[in-house]
Amino acid sequence: MNLTEKILAKAANLKEVHPGEIINAKIDCAMVHDLTAPLTIDAFNEIGIKKVWNPNKIVVIFDHCVPASSVEAAELHKKVRNFVKTQGIKNFFDVGYGGICHQVMVEKGFVKPGEVIVGADSHTCTYGALGAFATGIGSTDMAYVFATGELWFKVPKAIKIHVSGKFQKFVTPKDLILYVIGKLGANGANYMSLEFTGSAIKNMSIDGRLTICNMVVEAGAKSGIVPPDEKTLEYIKLRSKGKFNFQESDKNAVYDKVLEIDCEKLQPMVACPNSVDNVKPISEISEVEVDQVFIGSCTNGRIEDLRIAAQILKGKKINNNVRLIVIPASQEIYLQSLKEGLLEILVKAGAVIGNPNCGPCLGGHMGLLASGEVCVSTSNRNFIGRMGSSSAKIYLASPATAAASAIYGKIVDPRVFGEN
Amino acid sequence: MKVLGKVLKFGDNIDTDVILPGKYLVLTDPKELAKHAMEGLDKEFSKKAEKGVIIVAGENFGCGSSREHAPIALKNAGVKAIIAKSFARIFYRNAINIGLPVLECKEAFEKIEENDEVLIDLSSGEIIDKTKNLTFKFIPLPSFLLEILNQGGLIKKLKNSLKQNSL
Repeated sequence: MNLTEKILAKAANLKEVHPGEIINAKIDCAMVHDLTAPLTIDAFNEIGIKKVWNPNKIVVIFDHCVPASSVEAAELHKKVRNFVKTQGIKNFFDVGYGGICHQVMVEKGFVKPGEVIVGADSHTCTYGALGAFATGIGSTDMAYVFATGELWFKVPKAIKIHVSGKFQKFVTPKDLILYVIGKLGANGANYMSLEFTGSAIKNMSIDGRLTICNMVVEAGAKSGIVPPDEKTLEYIKLRSKGKFNFQESDKNAVYDKVLEIDCEKLQPMVACPNSVDNVKPISEISEVEVDQVFIGSCTNGRIEDLRIAAQILKGKKINNNVRLIVIPASQEIYLQSLKEGLLEILVKAGAVIGNPNCGPCLGGHMGLLASGEVCVSTSNRNFIGRMGSSSAKIYLASPATAAASAIYGKIVDPRVFGEN
Repeated sequence: MKVLGKVLKFGDNIDTDVILPGKYLVLTDPKELAKHAMEGLDKEFSKKAEKGVIIVAGENFGCGSSREHAPIALKNAGVKAIIAKSFARIFYRNAINIGLPVLECKEAFEKIEENDEVLIDLSSGEIIDKTKNLTFKFIPLPSFLLEILNQGGLIKKLKNSLKQNSL
């Protein structure tokens, strides 16, 4: 069995499982945020059960409209706070206590290797970076989990992404995952799991692994996973307690497809409007003028992302025609970047810093786009209307490409700053 | 379980942001959500769907976010069922969970045109295009998913089973 199959077999109390098999798995942790919790609560209340299956295995995080961006959002927050109180859910991260749900989940130790974690958000697949099986579900499925602690899954087929070589300077894990999505297509991994292996993954930081697993859903995948190793252990032992279940895929594990990638040859990549698989190497992008640059989100709002942006922007000013919005993914990262002086560098360059939350990524608030405007964003989706007007254009790129583009006022290759 | 309706057609990769734009996620009333269904592609959609329609679409329908607001908006706007070449997995589960039938049939997408009148038999796996007098076969949903649809959604099914267990 491969790693994902092993985790699912254990959760379903089976000796082995096979792709296509429907199993019932025990859930180790369930996460909802401010926009998916309300529908979950409605569905849960409709069932007629008074108490959730286990309040200690539920995590509630406010991040989509934080602080409340409208009266409607404020009412949703109020409703969720009330539920949290009534149900005795202690793992609650209100305004000022957490940040973007997927970052908070890993930072606060809710994700451990070998666990089965569901979240009412499509980017829940992020947690595979720590060797867990994690996938996004809707609110009704989540209400079922709240009531029973279990959920059915179809065991996914698997694709192995084997990555070797060293990244060039200012070429990042984001460029790698954009390249992979471009190769697979927006539904190339539909219903499947992606397993990342190879020396480049071994050498990759946890931040980088979180970025690549975060975006597997953009190729339709159910989950992504990095086999846990000493880096994983180093990260989780500071954040959670208990026994850790380190497993790896069997040597004879079956994969539907294997993709071999050599990082040395990888250029900065850009996903052009209006689909995430419309990926081009930066050398093929012709002159694109930029109105707004967004550095943040559950994909690229981590400390390494802010460090690379600050490295490029240090002592420089962004182009007069550009608005630069930077949003650290969590309170912890906010504080860390403050201590490291990164925020000062970014503010001096002309950035506006937002409080940790999803921000403009999903078109909720904090920097929406007007008609015809162009945004370079480090987030994960460039769908029509995603960040505001339906005629705005979104180019997805790495924090390095985003920072370099903010300086030039057009999309540029960050490797021009290579020797600085 | 049978479903009848006129067809509205869409292409590949219809994502949840065009089905229900992010700015409306603060809404929870299904009727309010319905007003904005497919707004990203067609502002007239909810009017067109009012009398009951079947969506026929290409690959990867519902890709993107896990927002259940998307299938809720479609269902309450008047969408009776969705036929697609393929679905994104979270949308697929969400639709069935709220009692909105979804099924995969590549051939139907190739042949069925906008405004055709279509009858779907979910249990036997048959789509009849009444306008063109054509029949297409599809693999019916596994029985436990059909059961969710038959009982009106996952929550109703869970409620029913809890009731039975307590008897």
